Amino acid sequence: MKILVCISKSPDTTSKIAFTDGNTKFDENGVQYIVNPYDEWYALVRGLELKEAHGGTVTTITVGTAADDPTIRKALAIGADDAVRIDAEAKDAYFVAKQISEYAKDQGYDLILTGKETIDYNGSQVGGMVAADLDLPFLSLASKLDVDGSSATLELDITGGTKVVKADLPAVVSCAKGMAEQRIPNMRGIMAARTKPLNVVAPAGVEELTSFTSYSMPDAKSECKYVDPDNMDELVQLLHNEAKAI
Amino acid sequence: MATDQYVHPDYYNMDEMLTEEHKLIRESARNWIKKEVSPIIEDYYERAEFPNQVIKGLGEIGAFGPYIPAEYGGPELDQISYGLIMQELERCDSGLRSTASVQSSLVMYPIWRYGSEEQKQKWLPKMATGEAIGCFGLTEPDHGSNPGGMITNFKDMGDHYLLNGAKMWISNAPIADVAVVWAKNEEGRIWGLLVEKGMEGFSAPEMHGKHSLRASITGELIFDNVKVPKENLMPGRSGLGAPLSCLDSARFGIAWGALGAAMDCYDSALRYSLERTQFDVPIASFQLTQKKLAEMITEITKAQLLTLRLGQMRNEGKATSAQISMAKRNNVEIALKIAREARQIHGAMGITNEYSIMRHMANLESVVTYEGTHDIHLLITGMDITGIPAFKREL
Ligand SMILES: Cc1cc2nc3c(=O)[nH]c(=O)nc-3n(C[C@H](O)[C@H](O)[C@H](O)COP(=O)(O)OP(=O)(O)OC[C@H]3O[C@@H](n4cnc5c(N)ncnc54)[C@H](O)[C@@H]3O)c2cc1C
Repeated sequence: MKILVCISKSPDTTSKIAFTDGNTKFDENGVQYIVNPYDEWYALVRGLELKEAHGGTVTTITVGTAADDPTIRKALAIGADDAVRIDAEAKDAYFVAKQISEYAKDQGYDLILTGKETIDYNGSQVGGMVAADLDLPFLSLASKLDVDGSSATLELDITGGTKVVKADLPAVVSCAKGMAEQRIPNMRGIMAARTKPLNVVAPAGVEELTSFTSYSMPDAKSECKYVDPDNMDELVQLLHNEAKAI
Repeated sequence: MATDQYVHPDYYNMDEMLTEEHKLIRESARNWIKKEVSPIIEDYYERAEFPNQVIKGLGEIGAFGPYIPAEYGGPELDQISYGLIMQELERCDSGLRSTASVQSSLVMYPIWRYGSEEQKQKWLPKMATGEAIGCFGLTEPDHGSNPGGMITNFKDMGDHYLLNGAKMWISNAPIADVAVVWAKNEEGRIWGLLVEKGMEGFSAPEMHGKHSLRASITGELIFDNVKVPKENLMPGRSGLGAPLSCLDSARFGIAWGALGAAMDCYDSALRYSLERTQFDVPIASFQLTQKKLAEMITEITKAQLLTLRLGQMRNEGKATSAQISMAKRNNVEIALKIAREARQIHGAMGITNEYSIMRHMANLESVVTYEGTHDIHLLITGMDITGIPAFKREL
């Protein structure tokens, strides 16, 4: 089985978020990047589990610059066989998806896995666009994925429950919590990652459909007020006059 | 114990001086510790037991002989990687780090440096994975700071050596498959012997009653006419310099490790002081608390610079024993002071097992004594700068 896992980086969750150039650019100064957890914990690890069960290969693909290489090496340390980096800055979801589908179209992958979203912009768009472009089924928010011959059985999260679906392979799946458990790279993996191939590929000529005009920060969290459980009058008065909720 | 929220302080952006692989090694060690060790460490510490179930994981994160070459099953990492792993381990618990230090620097290191090819093949690959555990016997009941006075000895019996004596305060002893034992031959010259579990006349009873390093197991080594095969003598080096060179490697790891304990105390104190309010404001807003925190981060930053530079020199094979001594002594001292101040910031909570502070503080009392006491390291620096040894005196 040939599996392609889409990997992107995202700022560490403890990063301080700030903007530069008149709020038009994300300030990368001092920001530590991690592998997007949905890509790493769920898509990649499930891909590796499927490879271990059925044989085959796991390749990762990233649209990014050399700044993405450390996160790609981590994916290789966790166990991917090789990696592809499309050498371009990832700014627009269509651009990213198109680069991936252009690369993947002649490669005969049985499965293309993505995280359900990247925790930076939370766009959730790339998987669907890749599937559309390659004319493959797209199964989003899967929390379980099993493969039997040429078809896959998936459990998908829906509001209030789960739905079980079957799909023919090849398919594109976006992976959510529950799919697998985080794997911490061990020393053998880190050593092996030194020599695994990371192929840098020139980007296809694709236009970007969106661009950022400005960023803004959410309002600072307002202070928490404590009301004595016996003092309902004060609570009602605060909800009415201050919060204007009732 | 509360969830482990540790983030390492890096006031001078020292991370910029590390490679991506260094950071990946550190991150993997940290994630493994948060998942496998932090949730159980307080419990094992309280029960004064070593969590045997973490041994395999320690091997997987590269904590056993990080710099041992791949041909002997080691990860073949540089000295800074070794330091970073020790830092992450001791950030969690000095006992955890001690187990790894002993295995790496006091057992694998001498076998790799001074052992025969057969000894290396026999022990190093198994020790790198944790399948075999080792201990290091230098200290004796009557010879601590002065190991050269040891009385443990061996006689050449023709086809084997006969070993007699006793070692005390030996980390990992009761669980060890092999002990690197330093003993004198008939001419009074010190050699290292590999004494294996199960050899007749050899026992390793556990020592109890420690108020410090409770999650690390400590024991005695008793040799009562132990027949040691001749091929178990490490042929590569003899004299006190042989065990002392192992201590250099271990002390280097301790310098990084103790700093990790300090970083954990500071990280916890900073977070606590921002969350805890008294007199309607976070206690971090009081000048007296800020003084404590500011002094902690200053000392940590100085120690980080010292330690990283020492790592660079050790990578180049240039670090002297005296330079390593200075870092061991300094970092343990600042860690003890920081632990004490951090405990105050946590108020009464600081004495409980909800926080790691008091455990670090108690652990560091062992760390300041073993691998050369605080004062012995001062004397080493003193001797290095004056050229006059001040260890011995006539009375
Ligand atoms: C938990 C733990 C684990 C250990 N693990 C090991 C191990 O795995 N293997 C091993 O071989 N050993 C181990 N040790 C032993 C350790 O290395 C010794 O305790 C240490 O070397 C000090 O020896 P001592 O305790 O006999 O103290 P002493 O040497 O008796 O020292 C007592 C005091 O006298 C001071 N002193 C001694 N000589 C001088 C001098 N010349 N000038 C000024 N002051 C001096 C010391 O600084 C100290 O303050 C361990 C110890 C502990 C506590």
